[in-house]
Amino acid sequence: MSAISSASKKPAGLINWGNGLTLASAIVIITGLYLAFIFAPPAANLRTPAEQFAQRIMYFHVGAAWVGFFAFFITFISGVLYLSKRTFYWDNLGYASVEIGLTFMTMVLITGSIWAKPTWNTWWTWSPRLTISAIGWLMYIGYLMLRGAMDDPSRRATFAAVYGIVSFISVPINFLAIRWWRDIHPAVVGSSAGEGSGGFDMSADMRTTLLFCVFAFTIFYVTLMYHRLKLGKTMHEIETVKQQILHQ
Amino acid sequence: MPPQTDTKNQSAATMQPAGAAPVRSRYFYKILAIVYKDITAELRTKEMLSAMFVFSLLVIFIFNFTFDLRTDNAATLAPGVLWVAIAFAGMLGLGRSFIVERDRGSLEGLLLAPVDRSAIYFGKFLGNVIFISVVEVGILPLFIVFFNQPLAVVPALVGVVVLGTIGFAGVGTLFSAMVVHTRARDVLLPILLFPVVVPVLLSAVRLTAGILDALPLEDIQSWLGLLITFDVIFLAASFILFEYIVEE
Repeated sequence: MSAISSASKKPAGLINWGNGLTLASAIVIITGLYLAFIFAPPAANLRTPAEQFAQRIMYFHVGAAWVGFFAFFITFISGVLYLSKRTFYWDNLGYASVEIGLTFMTMVLITGSIWAKPTWNTWWTWSPRLTISAIGWLMYIGYLMLRGAMDDPSRRATFAAVYGIVSFISVPINFLAIRWWRDIHPAVVGSSAGEGSGGFDMSADMRTTLLFCVFAFTIFYVTLMYHRLKLGKTMHEIETVKQQILHQ
Repeated sequence: MPPQTDTKNQSAATMQPAGAAPVRSRYFYKILAIVYKDITAELRTKEMLSAMFVFSLLVIFIFNFTFDLRTDNAATLAPGVLWVAIAFAGMLGLGRSFIVERDRGSLEGLLLAPVDRSAIYFGKFLGNVIFISVVEVGILPLFIVFFNQPLAVVPALVGVVVLGTIGFAGVGTLFSAMVVHTRARDVLLPILLFPVVVPVLLSAVRLTAGILDALPLEDIQSWLGLLITFDVIFLAASFILFEYIVEE
Protein backbone atom coordinates (compact mmCIF):
# COMPACT_ATOMS: atom_id res chain seq x y z
CA MET A 1 0.00 0.00 0.00
CA SER A 2 2.83 2.33 0.83
CA ALA A 3 3.94 2.20 -2.82
CA ILE A 4 0.70 3.77 -4.03
CA SER A 5 0.36 6.44 -1.41
CA SER A 6 3.94 7.59 -1.88
CA ALA A 7 3.38 7.82 -5.63
CA SER A 8 0.16 9.80 -5.34
CA LYS A 9 1.51 12.13 -2.68
CA LYS A 10 4.40 13.45 -4.72
CA PRO A 11 2.72 15.86 -7.21
CA ALA A 12 1.36 18.11 -4.51
CA GLY A 13 1.96 21.52 -6.08
CA LEU A 14 0.88 22.78 -9.47
CA ILE A 15 4.47 23.11 -10.56
CA ASN A 16 5.86 19.72 -11.51
CA TRP A 17 7.27 18.04 -14.59
CA GLY A 18 3.93 16.69 -15.78
CA ASN A 19 2.09 20.01 -15.69
CA GLY A 20 5.10 21.86 -17.05
CA LEU A 21 5.34 19.55 -20.06
CA THR A 22 1.59 19.66 -20.68
CA LEU A 23 1.64 23.45 -20.65
CA ALA A 24 4.71 23.54 -22.90
CA SER A 25 3.10 21.24 -25.48
CA ALA A 26 -0.13 23.25 -25.40
CA ILE A 27 1.87 26.38 -26.17
CA VAL A 28 3.99 24.85 -28.94
CA ILE A 29 1.06 23.05 -30.60
CA ILE A 30 -1.09 26.20 -30.62
CA THR A 31 1.88 28.18 -31.96
CA GLY A 32 2.35 25.44 -34.54
CA LEU A 33 -1.29 25.77 -35.60
CA TYR A 34 -0.88 29.53 -35.92
CA LEU A 35 2.27 29.11 -38.00
CA ALA A 36 0.73 26.44 -40.21
CA PHE A 37 -2.54 28.24 -40.92
CA ILE A 38 -1.70 31.93 -40.78
CA PHE A 39 2.02 32.60 -40.78
CA ALA A 40 3.09 30.21 -43.56
CA PRO A 41 2.37 31.61 -47.03
CA PRO A 42 0.22 29.56 -49.41
CA ALA A 43 2.28 27.39 -51.75
CA ALA A 44 2.83 29.36 -54.94
CA ASN A 45 3.23 26.39 -57.22
CA LEU A 46 -0.21 24.91 -56.38
CA ARG A 47 -3.17 26.22 -58.39
CA THR A 48 -6.51 25.10 -56.94
CA PRO A 49 -7.57 26.37 -53.51
CA ALA A 50 -8.16 22.78 -52.40
CA GLU A 51 -4.52 21.93 -53.07
CA GLN A 52 -3.33 25.08 -51.33
CA PHE A 53 -5.37 24.38 -48.21
CA ALA A 54 -4.38 20.74 -48.22
CA GLN A 55 -0.73 21.69 -48.46
CA ARG A 56 -0.92 23.15 -44.94
CA ILE A 57 -1.56 19.70 -43.56
CA MET A 58 2.04 18.91 -44.46
CA TYR A 59 3.42 20.72 -41.39
CA PHE A 60 1.63 18.46 -38.95
CA HIS A 61 1.94 15.43 -41.21
CA VAL A 62 5.74 15.64 -41.26
CA GLY A 63 5.84 16.29 -37.52
CA ALA A 64 3.73 13.21 -36.85
CA ALA A 65 5.80 11.09 -39.24
CA TRP A 66 9.00 12.11 -37.50
CA VAL A 67 7.56 11.16 -34.11
CA GLY A 68 6.11 7.94 -35.56
CA PHE A 69 9.52 6.70 -36.65
CA PHE A 70 11.39 8.20 -33.70
CA ALA A 71 9.11 6.25 -31.34
CA PHE A 72 10.20 3.09 -33.15
CA PHE A 73 13.79 3.96 -32.44
CA ILE A 74 13.03 4.50 -28.75
CA THR A 75 11.33 1.09 -28.64
CA PHE A 76 14.42 -0.46 -30.22
CA ILE A 77 16.75 1.18 -27.69
CA SER A 78 14.57 0.23 -24.74
CA GLY A 79 14.34 -3.33 -26.11
CA VAL A 80 18.13 -3.63 -26.15
CA LEU A 81 18.40 -2.12 -22.68
CA TYR A 82 15.63 -4.32 -21.33
CA LEU A 83 17.39 -7.46 -22.51
CA SER A 84 20.61 -6.39 -20.82
CA LYS A 85 19.20 -4.80 -17.63
CA ARG A 86 15.87 -6.63 -17.10
CA THR A 87 14.22 -3.78 -15.27
CA PHE A 88 10.59 -2.77 -15.51
CA TYR A 89 11.53 0.76 -16.56
CA TRP A 90 12.79 -0.25 -20.02
CA ASP A 91 9.82 -2.49 -20.71
CA ASN A 92 7.49 0.33 -19.72
CA LEU A 93 9.37 2.75 -21.97
CA GLY A 94 9.23 0.46 -25.01
CA TYR A 95 5.54 -0.26 -24.54
CA ALA A 96 4.65 3.40 -24.01
CA SER A 97 6.62 4.40 -27.09
CA VAL A 98 4.79 1.86 -29.25
CA GLU A 99 1.37 3.02 -28.10
CA ILE A 100 2.19 6.65 -28.74
CA GLY A 101 4.06 5.87 -31.96
CA LEU A 102 1.05 3.97 -33.26
CA THR A 103 -1.19 6.95 -32.56
CA PHE A 104 1.12 9.25 -34.50
CA MET A 105 1.56 6.75 -37.30
CA THR A 106 -2.22 6.49 -37.65
CA MET A 107 -2.30 10.27 -37.82
CA VAL A 108 0.37 10.19 -40.54
CA LEU A 109 -1.67 7.80 -42.66
CA ILE A 110 -4.91 9.75 -42.21
CA THR A 111 -3.46 13.22 -42.81
CA GLY A 112 -1.50 11.85 -45.75
CA SER A 113 -4.65 10.50 -47.36
CA ILE A 114 -6.52 13.75 -46.79
CA TRP A 115 -3.66 15.61 -48.47
CA ALA A 116 -3.27 13.09 -51.29
CA LYS A 117 -6.89 13.24 -52.43
CA PRO A 118 -6.82 16.86 -53.73
CA THR A 119 -3.13 16.74 -54.67
CA TRP A 120 -2.67 13.34 -56.31
CA ASN A 121 -6.38 12.81 -56.96
CA THR A 122 -6.23 9.52 -55.09
CA TRP A 123 -6.42 8.60 -51.40
CA TRP A 124 -3.58 6.17 -51.62
CA THR A 125 -0.73 5.22 -53.88
CA TRP A 126 1.98 2.60 -53.25
CA SER A 127 4.87 5.01 -53.15
CA PRO A 128 7.89 4.08 -50.99
CA ARG A 129 7.04 6.42 -48.15
CA LEU A 130 3.41 5.39 -48.02
CA THR A 131 4.25 1.73 -48.14
CA ILE A 132 6.90 1.95 -45.42
CA SER A 133 4.50 3.92 -43.17
CA ALA A 134 1.79 1.30 -43.68
CA ILE A 135 4.24 -1.51 -42.88
CA GLY A 136 5.47 0.39 -39.83
CA TRP A 137 1.90 0.79 -38.68
CA LEU A 138 1.34 -2.96 -39.07
CA MET A 139 4.49 -3.68 -37.05
CA TYR A 140 3.19 -1.52 -34.21
CA ILE A 141 -0.08 -3.43 -34.33
CA GLY A 142 1.85 -6.71 -34.31
CA TYR A 143 3.80 -5.57 -31.24
CA LEU A 144 0.61 -4.73 -29.35
CA MET A 145 -1.05 -8.00 -30.38
CA LEU A 146 1.99 -9.94 -29.24
CA ARG A 147 1.86 -8.25 -25.85
CA GLY A 148 -1.88 -8.77 -25.60
CA ALA A 149 -1.53 -12.51 -26.19
CA MET A 150 0.73 -13.16 -23.19
CA ASP A 151 0.10 -13.21 -19.43
CA ASP A 152 3.49 -13.76 -17.87
CA PRO A 153 4.91 -10.21 -17.41
CA SER A 154 8.61 -11.06 -17.69
CA ARG A 155 8.15 -13.21 -20.77
CA ARG A 156 5.89 -10.56 -22.29
CA ALA A 157 8.57 -7.95 -21.72
CA THR A 158 11.29 -10.14 -23.23
CA PHE A 159 9.31 -11.09 -26.33
CA ALA A 160 8.18 -7.53 -26.88
CA ALA A 161 11.79 -6.36 -26.63
CA VAL A 162 12.90 -8.97 -29.16
CA TYR A 163 10.11 -8.05 -31.57
CA GLY A 164 10.86 -4.35 -31.13
CA ILE A 165 14.51 -4.97 -32.03
CA VAL A 166 13.84 -7.23 -35.04
CA SER A 167 11.18 -4.97 -36.52
CA PHE A 168 13.31 -1.86 -36.10
CA ILE A 169 16.27 -3.53 -37.85
CA SER A 170 13.99 -4.35 -40.76
CA VAL A 171 12.83 -0.73 -41.20
CA PRO A 172 15.90 0.54 -43.15
CA ILE A 173 16.07 -2.64 -45.26
CA ASN A 174 12.36 -2.32 -45.93
CA PHE A 175 12.85 1.28 -46.93
CA LEU A 176 15.67 0.43 -49.32
CA ALA A 177 13.70 -2.44 -50.87
CA ILE A 178 10.59 -0.38 -51.41
CA ARG A 179 12.55 2.54 -52.84
CA TRP A 180 14.33 0.37 -55.38
CA TRP A 181 11.14 -1.39 -56.23
CA ARG A 182 9.54 1.87 -57.27
CA ASP A 183 12.68 3.21 -58.90
CA ILE A 184 12.77 0.21 -61.17
CA HIS A 185 9.07 0.66 -61.89
CA PRO A 186 8.57 4.42 -62.11
CA ALA A 187 5.17 4.15 -63.83
CA VAL A 188 3.17 5.08 -60.71
CA VAL A 189 0.73 7.94 -60.32
CA GLY A 190 3.14 10.89 -60.40
CA SER A 191 4.40 9.85 -57.00
CA SER A 192 7.90 11.23 -57.43
CA ALA A 193 6.55 14.64 -58.40
CA GLY A 194 3.96 14.50 -55.62
CA GLU A 195 6.54 13.53 -53.04
CA GLY A 196 8.81 16.29 -54.12
CA SER A 197 6.14 18.90 -53.56
CA GLY A 198 6.58 18.39 -49.81
CA GLY A 199 10.25 19.21 -49.98
CA PHE A 200 11.22 21.62 -52.76
CA ASP A 201 10.37 25.23 -53.42
CA MET A 202 9.77 26.02 -49.77
CA SER A 203 10.09 29.63 -48.76
CA ALA A 204 11.99 30.52 -45.60
CA ASP A 205 8.71 31.04 -43.69
CA MET A 206 7.45 27.65 -44.75
CA ARG A 207 10.68 26.02 -43.68
CA THR A 208 10.54 27.77 -40.30
CA THR A 209 6.97 26.55 -39.84
CA LEU A 210 7.91 22.99 -40.75
CA LEU A 211 10.89 22.92 -38.40
CA PHE A 212 8.83 24.43 -35.61
CA CYS A 213 6.08 21.84 -36.10
CA VAL A 214 8.60 19.01 -35.94
CA PHE A 215 9.92 20.53 -32.72
CA ALA A 216 6.37 20.98 -31.36
CA PHE A 217 5.51 17.35 -32.07
CA THR A 218 8.69 16.20 -30.39
CA ILE A 219 7.70 18.14 -27.25
CA PHE A 220 4.22 16.66 -27.51
CA TYR A 221 5.71 13.16 -27.79
CA VAL A 222 7.87 13.70 -24.73
CA THR A 223 4.84 14.96 -22.79
CA LEU A 224 2.69 12.00 -23.76
CA MET A 225 5.56 9.66 -22.93
CA TYR A 226 5.98 11.25 -19.50
CA HIS A 227 2.33 10.74 -18.60
CA ARG A 228 2.16 7.29 -20.18
CA LEU A 229 5.28 6.17 -18.29
CA LYS A 230 3.79 7.38 -15.03
CA LEU A 231 0.55 5.58 -15.81
CA GLY A 232 2.46 2.39 -16.61
CA LYS A 233 4.42 2.67 -13.40
CA THR A 234 1.25 3.15 -11.35
CA MET A 235 -0.37 0.15 -13.06
CA HIS A 236 2.70 -1.90 -12.29
CA GLU A 237 2.64 -0.80 -8.64
CA ILE A 238 -1.04 -1.63 -8.29
CA GLU A 239 -0.39 -5.04 -9.81
CA THR A 240 2.46 -5.62 -7.36
CA VAL A 241 0.32 -4.60 -4.38
CA LYS A 242 -2.52 -6.79 -5.65
CA GLN A 243 -0.21 -9.78 -5.85
CA GLN A 244 1.07 -9.03 -2.34
CA ILE A 245 -2.46 -8.94 -0.93
CA LEU A 246 -3.51 -12.08 -2.81
CA HIS A 247 -0.52 -14.02 -1.57
CA GLN A 248 -0.70 -12.89 2.07
CA MET B 1 20.98 -43.37 -39.24
CA PRO B 2 23.44 -40.87 -40.71
CA PRO B 3 24.09 -38.97 -37.45
CA GLN B 4 25.40 -42.12 -35.79
CA THR B 5 27.91 -42.75 -38.51
CA ASP B 6 28.86 -39.12 -37.98
CA THR B 7 29.54 -39.84 -34.31
CA LYS B 8 31.98 -42.53 -35.24
CA ASN B 9 33.75 -40.20 -37.59
CA GLN B 10 33.79 -37.55 -34.91
CA SER B 11 35.14 -39.81 -32.21
CA ALA B 12 37.82 -40.85 -34.63
CA ALA B 13 38.52 -37.20 -35.26
CA THR B 14 38.74 -36.38 -31.55
CA MET B 15 41.46 -39.00 -31.17
CA GLN B 16 43.64 -36.65 -33.10
CA PRO B 17 45.42 -33.87 -31.19
CA ALA B 18 42.71 -31.61 -29.73
CA GLY B 19 41.94 -28.46 -31.67
CA ALA B 20 39.10 -26.18 -32.65
CA ALA B 21 37.88 -28.41 -35.47
CA PRO B 22 36.47 -31.32 -33.42
CA VAL B 23 34.60 -28.90 -31.14
CA ARG B 24 33.06 -27.24 -34.12
CA SER B 25 32.07 -30.47 -35.77
CA ARG B 26 30.52 -31.64 -32.50
CA TYR B 27 28.41 -28.48 -32.63
CA PHE B 28 27.40 -29.32 -36.18
CA TYR B 29 26.60 -32.82 -35.09
CA LYS B 30 24.22 -31.47 -32.45
CA ILE B 31 22.52 -29.31 -35.05
CA LEU B 32 22.22 -32.29 -37.36
CA ALA B 33 20.77 -34.39 -34.55
CA ILE B 34 17.93 -31.87 -34.12
CA VAL B 35 17.36 -31.75 -37.88
CA TYR B 36 17.37 -35.53 -37.98
CA LYS B 37 14.83 -35.71 -35.17
CA ASP B 38 12.51 -33.29 -36.96
CA ILE B 39 12.77 -35.14 -40.24
CA THR B 40 12.15 -38.52 -38.60
CA ALA B 41 9.11 -37.17 -36.76
CA GLU B 42 7.77 -35.65 -39.97
CA LEU B 43 8.39 -38.74 -42.07
CA ARG B 44 6.33 -40.81 -39.63
CA THR B 45 3.22 -38.70 -40.15
CA LYS B 46 3.95 -36.62 -43.26
CA GLU B 47 1.03 -34.44 -42.17
CA MET B 48 2.87 -31.14 -42.34
CA LEU B 49 4.59 -31.65 -45.67
CA SER B 50 1.43 -32.83 -47.39
CA ALA B 51 -0.58 -29.96 -45.91
CA MET B 52 2.04 -27.43 -47.03
CA PHE B 53 2.22 -28.86 -50.52
CA VAL B 54 -1.53 -29.08 -51.06
CA PHE B 55 -1.97 -25.60 -49.64
CA SER B 56 0.62 -24.09 -51.99
CA LEU B 57 -1.08 -25.81 -54.93
CA LEU B 58 -4.38 -24.31 -53.83
CA VAL B 59 -2.80 -20.86 -53.68
CA ILE B 60 -1.64 -21.25 -57.30
CA PHE B 61 -5.11 -22.42 -58.38
CA ILE B 62 -6.87 -19.62 -56.53
CA PHE B 63 -4.60 -17.06 -58.13
CA ASN B 64 -5.34 -18.63 -61.45
CA PHE B 65 -9.04 -17.88 -61.37
CA THR B 66 -9.07 -14.73 -59.20
CA PHE B 67 -6.58 -12.95 -61.46
CA ASP B 68 -7.89 -14.54 -64.64
CA LEU B 69 -4.44 -15.75 -65.65
CA ARG B 70 -3.90 -16.02 -69.38
CA THR B 71 -0.80 -16.66 -71.42
CA ASP B 72 -0.39 -12.94 -72.12
CA ASN B 73 -0.44 -11.77 -68.49
CA ALA B 74 1.01 -14.91 -66.88
CA ALA B 75 4.57 -13.63 -67.17
CA THR B 76 3.88 -10.49 -65.11
CA LEU B 77 1.93 -12.32 -62.41
CA ALA B 78 3.99 -15.51 -62.23
CA PRO B 79 6.71 -14.31 -59.78
CA GLY B 80 4.13 -12.98 -57.35
CA VAL B 81 2.08 -16.16 -57.51
CA LEU B 82 5.14 -18.33 -56.89
CA TRP B 83 6.24 -16.31 -53.85
CA VAL B 84 2.83 -15.98 -52.29
CA ALA B 85 2.49 -19.76 -52.60
CA ILE B 86 5.91 -20.30 -51.00
CA ALA B 87 5.29 -17.73 -48.27
CA PHE B 88 1.89 -19.13 -47.30
CA ALA B 89 3.07 -22.73 -47.35
CA GLY B 90 6.18 -21.72 -45.42
CA MET B 91 4.00 -19.98 -42.85
CA LEU B 92 2.10 -23.21 -42.24
CA GLY B 93 5.32 -25.12 -41.71
CA LEU B 94 6.94 -22.48 -39.50
CA GLY B 95 3.84 -22.24 -37.36
CA ARG B 96 3.92 -25.97 -36.68
CA SER B 97 7.65 -26.04 -36.01
CA PHE B 98 7.49 -25.21 -32.30
CA ILE B 99 3.78 -25.77 -31.64
CA VAL B 100 4.27 -29.47 -32.33
CA GLU B 101 7.12 -29.59 -29.82
CA ARG B 102 5.00 -27.83 -27.24
CA ASP B 103 1.92 -30.00 -27.77
CA ARG B 104 3.90 -33.22 -27.56
CA GLY B 105 5.62 -31.93 -24.45
CA SER B 106 8.99 -32.30 -26.10
CA LEU B 107 9.91 -28.60 -25.95
CA GLU B 108 11.18 -28.92 -22.37
CA GLY B 109 13.16 -31.98 -23.37
CA LEU B 110 14.69 -30.11 -26.25
CA LEU B 111 15.62 -27.18 -24.01
CA LEU B 112 17.03 -29.50 -21.34
CA ALA B 113 19.26 -31.21 -23.88
CA PRO B 114 22.92 -30.49 -23.17
CA VAL B 115 23.38 -28.38 -26.27
CA ASP B 116 23.95 -24.72 -26.85
CA ARG B 117 20.70 -22.81 -27.40
CA SER B 118 22.02 -21.55 -30.72
CA ALA B 119 22.35 -25.18 -31.85
CA ILE B 120 18.62 -25.59 -31.20
CA TYR B 121 17.95 -22.49 -33.26
CA PHE B 122 20.08 -23.65 -36.17
CA GLY B 123 18.66 -27.16 -35.97
CA LYS B 124 15.11 -25.91 -36.09
CA PHE B 125 16.02 -23.39 -38.77
CA LEU B 126 17.63 -26.03 -40.98
CA GLY B 127 14.66 -28.32 -40.46
CA ASN B 128 12.31 -25.57 -41.55
CA VAL B 129 14.45 -24.75 -44.58
CA ILE B 130 14.45 -28.43 -45.56
CA PHE B 131 10.66 -28.76 -45.19
CA ILE B 132 9.96 -25.62 -47.18
CA SER B 133 12.50 -26.72 -49.81
CA VAL B 134 10.81 -30.09 -50.20
CA VAL B 135 7.54 -28.28 -50.89
CA GLU B 136 9.33 -26.00 -53.34
CA VAL B 137 10.78 -29.00 -55.16
CA GLY B 138 7.17 -30.04 -55.66
CA ILE B 139 5.89 -26.62 -56.69
CA LEU B 140 8.65 -25.50 -59.06
CA PRO B 141 8.02 -28.08 -61.82
CA LEU B 142 4.30 -27.34 -61.63
CA PHE B 143 5.05 -23.63 -61.76
CA ILE B 144 7.16 -24.17 -64.91
CA VAL B 145 4.32 -26.21 -66.44
CA PHE B 146 1.42 -23.96 -65.47
CA PHE B 147 3.17 -20.74 -66.47
CA ASN B 148 4.83 -22.21 -69.52
CA GLN B 149 8.38 -21.18 -68.60
CA PRO B 150 11.55 -22.50 -70.29
CA LEU B 151 13.54 -25.08 -68.35
CA ALA B 152 16.68 -22.96 -68.71
CA VAL B 153 15.51 -20.66 -65.88
CA VAL B 154 15.46 -23.48 -63.33
CA PRO B 155 19.05 -23.25 -61.96
CA ALA B 156 18.88 -19.49 -61.34
CA LEU B 157 15.36 -19.84 -59.97
CA VAL B 158 16.50 -22.50 -57.52
CA GLY B 159 19.22 -20.15 -56.28
CA VAL B 160 16.75 -17.35 -55.64
CA VAL B 161 14.29 -19.72 -54.00
CA VAL B 162 16.99 -21.01 -51.64
CA LEU B 163 18.09 -17.49 -50.64
CA GLY B 164 14.50 -16.38 -50.15
CA THR B 165 13.70 -19.44 -48.08
CA ILE B 166 16.73 -18.85 -45.83
CA GLY B 167 15.65 -15.29 -45.08
CA PHE B 168 12.04 -16.28 -44.53
CA ALA B 169 12.83 -19.26 -42.30
CA GLY B 170 15.54 -17.37 -40.38
CA VAL B 171 13.18 -14.83 -38.85
CA GLY B 172 10.30 -17.30 -39.04
CA THR B 173 12.02 -19.79 -36.73
CA LEU B 174 12.65 -17.06 -34.16
CA PHE B 175 9.04 -15.85 -34.24
CA SER B 176 7.73 -19.40 -34.26
CA ALA B 177 9.54 -20.04 -30.96
CA MET B 178 7.97 -16.83 -29.68
CA VAL B 179 4.32 -17.35 -30.63
CA VAL B 180 4.24 -20.82 -29.12
CA HIS B 181 4.08 -19.16 -25.68
CA THR B 182 1.22 -16.85 -26.60
CA ARG B 183 -2.50 -17.44 -26.51
CA ALA B 184 -3.10 -16.76 -30.20
CA ARG B 185 -0.19 -19.03 -31.33
CA ASP B 186 -0.23 -19.72 -35.08
CA VAL B 187 -2.71 -16.91 -35.75
CA LEU B 188 -0.13 -14.43 -34.51
CA LEU B 189 2.80 -15.70 -36.59
CA PRO B 190 1.81 -14.19 -39.98
CA ILE B 191 0.97 -10.87 -38.30
CA LEU B 192 4.44 -10.67 -36.78
CA LEU B 193 6.38 -12.20 -39.65
CA PHE B 194 5.02 -10.67 -42.86
CA PRO B 195 5.84 -6.99 -42.14
CA VAL B 196 9.41 -7.96 -41.23
CA VAL B 197 10.04 -10.17 -44.28
CA VAL B 198 8.74 -7.67 -46.83
CA PRO B 199 12.31 -7.12 -48.16
CA VAL B 200 12.76 -10.86 -48.69
CA LEU B 201 9.52 -11.23 -50.59
CA LEU B 202 10.08 -8.06 -52.57
CA SER B 203 13.63 -8.84 -53.65
CA ALA B 204 12.80 -12.51 -54.32
CA VAL B 205 9.86 -11.48 -56.51
CA ARG B 206 11.98 -8.92 -58.38
CA LEU B 207 14.76 -11.46 -58.89
CA THR B 208 12.32 -14.09 -60.10
CA ALA B 209 10.79 -11.60 -62.51
CA GLY B 210 14.27 -10.68 -63.73
CA ILE B 211 15.16 -14.32 -64.31
CA LEU B 212 11.93 -15.05 -66.16
CA ASP B 213 12.45 -11.97 -68.34
CA ALA B 214 16.05 -13.14 -68.96
CA LEU B 215 17.49 -9.81 -67.76
CA PRO B 216 21.29 -9.57 -67.47
CA LEU B 217 22.73 -10.01 -63.99
CA GLU B 218 23.70 -6.32 -63.65
CA ASP B 219 20.04 -5.31 -63.79
CA ILE B 220 19.04 -7.43 -60.83
CA GLN B 221 22.33 -7.43 -58.92
CA SER B 222 21.16 -4.89 -56.34
CA TRP B 223 18.19 -7.09 -55.45
CA LEU B 224 20.49 -10.08 -55.05
CA GLY B 225 22.68 -7.98 -52.76
CA LEU B 226 19.68 -6.89 -50.72
CA LEU B 227 18.42 -10.45 -50.34
CA ILE B 228 21.81 -11.72 -49.18
CA THR B 229 22.19 -8.74 -46.81
CA PHE B 230 18.80 -9.45 -45.30
CA ASP B 231 19.64 -13.15 -44.89
CA VAL B 232 22.93 -12.40 -43.15
CA ILE B 233 21.62 -9.63 -40.86
CA PHE B 234 18.50 -11.50 -39.81
CA LEU B 235 20.19 -14.84 -39.31
CA ALA B 236 22.70 -13.10 -37.05
CA ALA B 237 19.99 -11.16 -35.16
CA SER B 238 17.80 -14.24 -34.74
CA PHE B 239 20.79 -16.29 -33.63
CA ILE B 240 21.57 -13.73 -30.89
CA LEU B 241 17.97 -13.14 -29.81
CA PHE B 242 16.85 -16.78 -29.81
CA GLU B 243 18.62 -17.32 -26.50
CA TYR B 244 16.33 -14.77 -24.84
CA ILE B 245 13.21 -16.33 -26.32
CA VAL B 246 13.71 -19.87 -25.04
CA GLU B 247 14.95 -19.11 -21.54
CA GLU B 248 12.72 -20.53 -18.84
